[in-house]
Amino acid sequence: MKKQQVGQSMDRVDGRLKVTGGAKYFADHQLEDLLYAALVCSPISNGHIKSIDATKALRAPGVADVVSHLNAPPVPGYKQENKNPKQGLKIFNDDRIYSNGQPVAIVVANTLERAVHAASLVQVLYSQETHHTEMSNNMDKAFQNNGMKDYVRGEADAWKKAPVTLEAEYTMPIEVHNPMELAGIVAHWDTPDTLTLYAKTQGVKSVQQTLKELFQIPEQNITVHAPFVGGAFGMALRVWPLEVATILAAKKIRKPVKLVITREQMFTLVGYRPQATQKISIGATIDGKLTGITHEAVAITSPYEDFTEGIVGMSKFMYACPNVNTKYQLVPLNISTPVWMRGPGEATGAFALESAMDELAYKLHIDPLEFRIRNHADTDPEKNLPYSSKYLKEAYQMGAEKIGWFQRNPEPRAMKEDDMLVGYGMSSGAFGAYRGKATANAILKADGSLVLRSAAADIGPGTATAMVQIAADATGIDPAKITFLLGESAYPEAPRQGGSSTVSTVGSVVNDVCKTLQQKLGELAINHLPAFKNAKPEDIIYEDGQLLLTSDRSVKISYQEVLHQQSLPELLVTTTSQSGDERKKYSMYSFSVHFAKVHVHPATGVVSIKHVVSVADSGTIVNSKTAASQMIGGVVGGIGMALTEEAIMDHRFGRFVNNNYADYHVPVNADVPPTDVLFINKKDPYINPMGAKGMGEIALIGFAAAVSNAVFHATGKRIRDLPITPDKVMQEKNEI
Amino acid sequence: MNQFSYMRPSNLKAAIDAVAKDTSARFIAGGTNLLDLMKNGVVIPEKLVDINRLPLKDIQLNKDILHIGALVLNSELAAHELVITYHPLLSQALLAGASQQLRNMATVGGNMMQRTRCSYFYDTTMPCNKRVPGSGCGAIGGINRMHAIFGASSDCIAVHPSDMCVALTALDATVLVAGPKGNRRIPFGDFHRLPGNTPQTDNTLGKGEIITAVEIPSNAFTKNVYYLKVRDRASYAFALVSVAAALDISNNIIRGARLAMGGVAHKPWRLREAEQTLIGKAPTTENFRVAANIAMTSAIAYKHNAFKIPMAHNTIITALQKAAAI
Ligand SMILES: Cc1cc2nc3c(=O)[nH]c(=O)nc-3n(C[C@H](O)[C@H](O)[C@H](O)COP(=O)(O)OP(=O)(O)OC[C@H]3O[C@@H](n4cnc5c(N)ncnc54)[C@H](O)[C@@H]3O)c2cc1C
Ligand code: SF4
Repeated sequence: MKKQQVGQSMDRVDGRLKVTGGAKYFADHQLEDLLYAALVCSPISNGHIKSIDATKALRAPGVADVVSHLNAPPVPGYKQENKNPKQGLKIFNDDRIYSNGQPVAIVVANTLERAVHAASLVQVLYSQETHHTEMSNNMDKAFQNNGMKDYVRGEADAWKKAPVTLEAEYTMPIEVHNPMELAGIVAHWDTPDTLTLYAKTQGVKSVQQTLKELFQIPEQNITVHAPFVGGAFGMALRVWPLEVATILAAKKIRKPVKLVITREQMFTLVGYRPQATQKISIGATIDGKLTGITHEAVAITSPYEDFTEGIVGMSKFMYACPNVNTKYQLVPLNISTPVWMRGPGEATGAFALESAMDELAYKLHIDPLEFRIRNHADTDPEKNLPYSSKYLKEAYQMGAEKIGWFQRNPEPRAMKEDDMLVGYGMSSGAFGAYRGKATANAILKADGSLVLRSAAADIGPGTATAMVQIAADATGIDPAKITFLLGESAYPEAPRQGGSSTVSTVGSVVNDVCKTLQQKLGELAINHLPAFKNAKPEDIIYEDGQLLLTSDRSVKISYQEVLHQQSLPELLVTTTSQSGDERKKYSMYSFSVHFAKVHVHPATGVVSIKHVVSVADSGTIVNSKTAASQMIGGVVGGIGMALTEEAIMDHRFGRFVNNNYADYHVPVNADVPPTDVLFINKKDPYINPMGAKGMGEIALIGFAAAVSNAVFHATGKRIRDLPITPDKVMQEKNEI
Repeated sequence: MNQFSYMRPSNLKAAIDAVAKDTSARFIAGGTNLLDLMKNGVVIPEKLVDINRLPLKDIQLNKDILHIGALVLNSELAAHELVITYHPLLSQALLAGASQQLRNMATVGGNMMQRTRCSYFYDTTMPCNKRVPGSGCGAIGGINRMHAIFGASSDCIAVHPSDMCVALTALDATVLVAGPKGNRRIPFGDFHRLPGNTPQTDNTLGKGEIITAVEIPSNAFTKNVYYLKVRDRASYAFALVSVAAALDISNNIIRGARLAMGGVAHKPWRLREAEQTLIGKAPTTENFRVAANIAMTSAIAYKHNAFKIPMAHNTIITALQKAAAI
């Protein structure tokens, strides 16, 4: 048998293309007659457009058109008479302005510079109304929609009766999507009802679906290409108004149009992690058994959409606590709609829950790690089901040993290295281990190579690499001869890349389509090859790219020889695959444990993370290299959440004041310490054929709490408001 | 961005003439600040005069005075042997600034002339007296976490963002300038100015004048020096506060002291009184605390930057401790 590929640290199959510039991202596509677009965005935060004067812009050199609600082609999918007021932002539909930065016009010219210049010449007059952007001043508007039911298990607010209790409020600011690659699209109407797009998306099929509805054209008339995406983290899970604006411009001008938005526009046009205030009230017996958790969260949304996510989810199932109740509300503000950002709501929620667990552990004089173990949920207390697999206790132990947890002095402010206070903190994270439905083709070629196709996405984790490994094990074909193609709407249906489910969903169908291919080869052999003539399907085994008879292993034939003997140029099979009843019998989650060691400079409050250990309990590790990268990436995002990232708005104007890479601080290399990634790497018996659970989200979920807990351990100061910037940690004057 | 013309003269006179005669002409050196300002529509020059061909790239030691041409790159200067040997404080300050990529483009003259990073100054939809005199100060009633605690006015509370200039102020540098009316020498401390009621003017350079060099006189600050920059991330962030500290210590007595702060005022902020109190004293935390208290007496905070007062105080003490290696 060939070496098993799943579990190897195989190099990325597209690594060479990426580092040599061979990978073409959406903005790299230079179509013939391509025009360039720039957006004109609203400087007011609520009101109406009174007038748009594009005369000067239209006279500027090279300008093709200025498209706005005054002259945009109609969008049949904008339902004019729908009573639901929350239908999203219908770009260029009317004169209404809901938030600062909302696009009011798109200017198209024959060079980018000309488009940008002409955009500055468009004169827009507005009538302004009072806007509301400050969460704390608008808490009275908090509401729940139909999907946001309160949760109660056991008795509500039971924490109040506990001998040891904690009530604390945790706040976090808006965090903005800032992948290197900016958002945008290249749009071309080949005919009045056929559309070709080069997109930045986490799901080509979902783009197709959205646009089919909006433009009321057949799905097959919409072609979406997105084989390479330069980072997305959730921002490209949906179609945004900026994309519709470009498609409308292309329709009106009847030429291909490219839009790449600016870094500044990334703050208002592609969603963000919503600002949230969370209150955790928690109680335990004096020997550290949780008796009640109450988790109340309020997060912001736009006036025109209710964005909800799993903020309070983890509190319901993470710990064996008889009484849990949660409440989740939204506050609508004059701001664009939030969107999932890696870890999404669970990362926000975990910051609160895992900080509160640390606080309560200190109150109880119990080691925070021991406290978690005492409250470990052996079965899922929310769903009342056994876990499909859970090795969280092992993960705690592995991480603790690696960072030296048991050697720390648990007393706050007791450890020093030179003039630095030293702190160790830990936390855990969990995220649902999903498996959706997907279809894939497998095409065996006459030369024995295998091509697999599915409309999946790769926003960076190395999807194709993992799929090649899975297919190599399923077929026995050398991985060098396997290609996995993704990111094309013409390929069979696959879900968006989100919720850490691509390996599970698409990997399963890859496995299954390979099995289908083998069956098909078996049938061909039985029907046409004398040596296999009397065999039944179950008499044939598939090994190393060959068919063998179980009864006589010397009777064998290679896959390609089967094709050759039948004079078939290729063999194509298609399979659809999805989860089954196992999801009703088991609760499926991936778990993570994070440990951080920090240095705090007491006089200036500067926190630097010196060492991170992150442990993933996510079933089989398909590729140890890309998985480790995935975890390290999560840590980097987590450092941003913990220490540096915050979009700051001047509420008088409803405008962000730090909307650039210099002032909005994503972590730089100097902020990222040596990071040890450890894997449990034990197969989940139920989730999917590979036994692999998702990992993208757990890499980040909980991380910020590990840092804030470490800062507390170092300083004795509890920071409940992210990010933990030096001013919040710094000692008062005279303390040094 | 507007259309503009571009020229690249190879002698100083041509460069000066080009800018002196044309109100909307600007010198461009590394372009790391000017291009951003142009893209944001903050500065709209009709002519760019690229000075990179002028012979202003030398670093020389003449009679103990270090002469640094205005076009020397920040990265080159930080790594230069003469700087590391004689003025290590300057090297430290440079390396605390921006990122390696930016320092590879940024010049000494451009660094001195860089504009404030106040967000309102960069956003043309917002009020800002520095950008549009009389339009109001966006920061005073707005977000002012990064703003001044010293020397501000009711018209502007912006800070000068440079790290290099903090060290040059502490080292008593002199700015060499050439212009339509001839050459001038400006003490570094007089080069940048406080905002007063004309915040649109950052410094005392006249129209058409060009910085040709900076000179640093010899000093004894080769060993006990420290540049401490407190910032929101470990690199590539502007200072919340920074302190340049230089001590001349012999027999456990401070013979000479230099202190300057960045991120706290419209100009690099020299702390002369605090320096004076240190002279003749032993390098102890107690004495450093006295100096820090004196340094901070006139500090005034706004809504979001009150933390800068204790932070600056603590940073002065820490920088002095590090400089004295105690
Ligand atoms: C993201 C970012 C982060 C940064 N972080 C820091 C930091 O942490 N610390 C720090 O100190 N700096 C920082 N900087 C600023 C950087 O140091 C300056 O942009 C740089 O020094 C400017 O030099 P330049 O040669 O590129 O100037 P240019 O952009 O070419 O010019 C700037 C101005 O100076 C004028 N000028 C240039 N040379 C002369 C001359 N010889 N005589 C007269 N006028 C002249 C120009 O006309 C222009 O008005 C940062 C910049 C950026 C973009
Ligand atoms: S502080 Fe100065 S630069 Fe900033 S808004 Fe006020 S006037 Fe403008």
